[in-house]
Amino acid sequence: MDLFLGLVTGILFGFFLQKGEVLRFEKQVGFMLLKDMTIIKFMLTAVLVGMVGIYALNGFGVISLSIKSANVGALIIGGLLFGIGWAIAGFCPGTSVGALAEGRVHVIWAIAGMVVGAAIFAEAYPLLQRTVLTWGAYGKVTLPQVLGISPWLVIVVFIIVGLSAFRIFEKKGL
Amino acid sequence: MNISLFAARWNPYLAGALTGILAILSVAVTTIAIDKTMYLGASTTFVRAAGYVEQTVIPDNVATNEYLKKNSPKVDWQMMVVIGIFVGALISARLGRSAKLETVPPIWKERFGTSATLRGVGAFIGGMILMFGARLADGCPSGHGLSGNMQLAVSGLLALVFFMVGGIITAHLLYKK
Repeated sequence: MDLFLGLVTGILFGFFLQKGEVLRFEKQVGFMLLKDMTIIKFMLTAVLVGMVGIYALNGFGVISLSIKSANVGALIIGGLLFGIGWAIAGFCPGTSVGALAEGRVHVIWAIAGMVVGAAIFAEAYPLLQRTVLTWGAYGKVTLPQVLGISPWLVIVVFIIVGLSAFRIFEKKGL
Repeated sequence: MNISLFAARWNPYLAGALTGILAILSVAVTTIAIDKTMYLGASTTFVRAAGYVEQTVIPDNVATNEYLKKNSPKVDWQMMVVIGIFVGALISARLGRSAKLETVPPIWKERFGTSATLRGVGAFIGGMILMFGARLADGCPSGHGLSGNMQLAVSGLLALVFFMVGGIITAHLLYKK
């Protein structure tokens, strides 16, 4: 059952990613060159819609949150490394398989690289666990917890910031 | 706004909003149907894939490596999502007639020329670095960028900011003339 649900979710996700044109090297690198905000429009809209629904369902006790640890050192170093590789490859893990489906055949090398990168990480893991992963480990925290305010206040701020960003993108034709 | 299944493209805000709704529904349905709360993600699947590859060449390592034991080679919900992305993108590109055979993308071509081999090497090295980074950060733009930020996780916001900082600086150094 969970495999079937995963497949259906993935098919819809892949459909939306392809229709939104976010699978392309040109769009991903276009954002990083600050020339084309397509992938940000897609991602930020998904996040803004998602946060309202997730916190509503969580508030009603239907679902629970699944927060990843705020390991600040690992997030900064890992995040920057991800960014460097992302700019060179022009694809991210989720979009890579979709890009292959729409004919961007060079992505096959990026996918192969990702599998190798995962294998290298697995070898480095014991060392990283003793070092980087202990640097600034603050646990599974959310912004409203850290700020000590209602999640809805944070959501309202995010929506205002997001809509302002969209206005700027549209005005400047990005 | 054209939202026909046969359209070549949809407005990215619309496609994004539908993805947000999909993420909410997925969390709700998995919680109710399989009693597991599943948030969208992708990069753990590449660890499991690496485990599958290693099983054919160095099976002992898969049995002993701590990280590969934690993320053992198996087909799970997330791997089906990743397979589904391929299928969904294929259907969408077919219906919209928007598939395009591309061996070297234009921005790359302008800077590094038409060699598909050089592009392949770049894609491979980039893929390697980004996945190492994603596993260190414990997520990618799906797991942190989408799912983490939907939950207002501190980790999600930090990850996304540093993904972008690293990407923007590197892209400017690489592709700007």
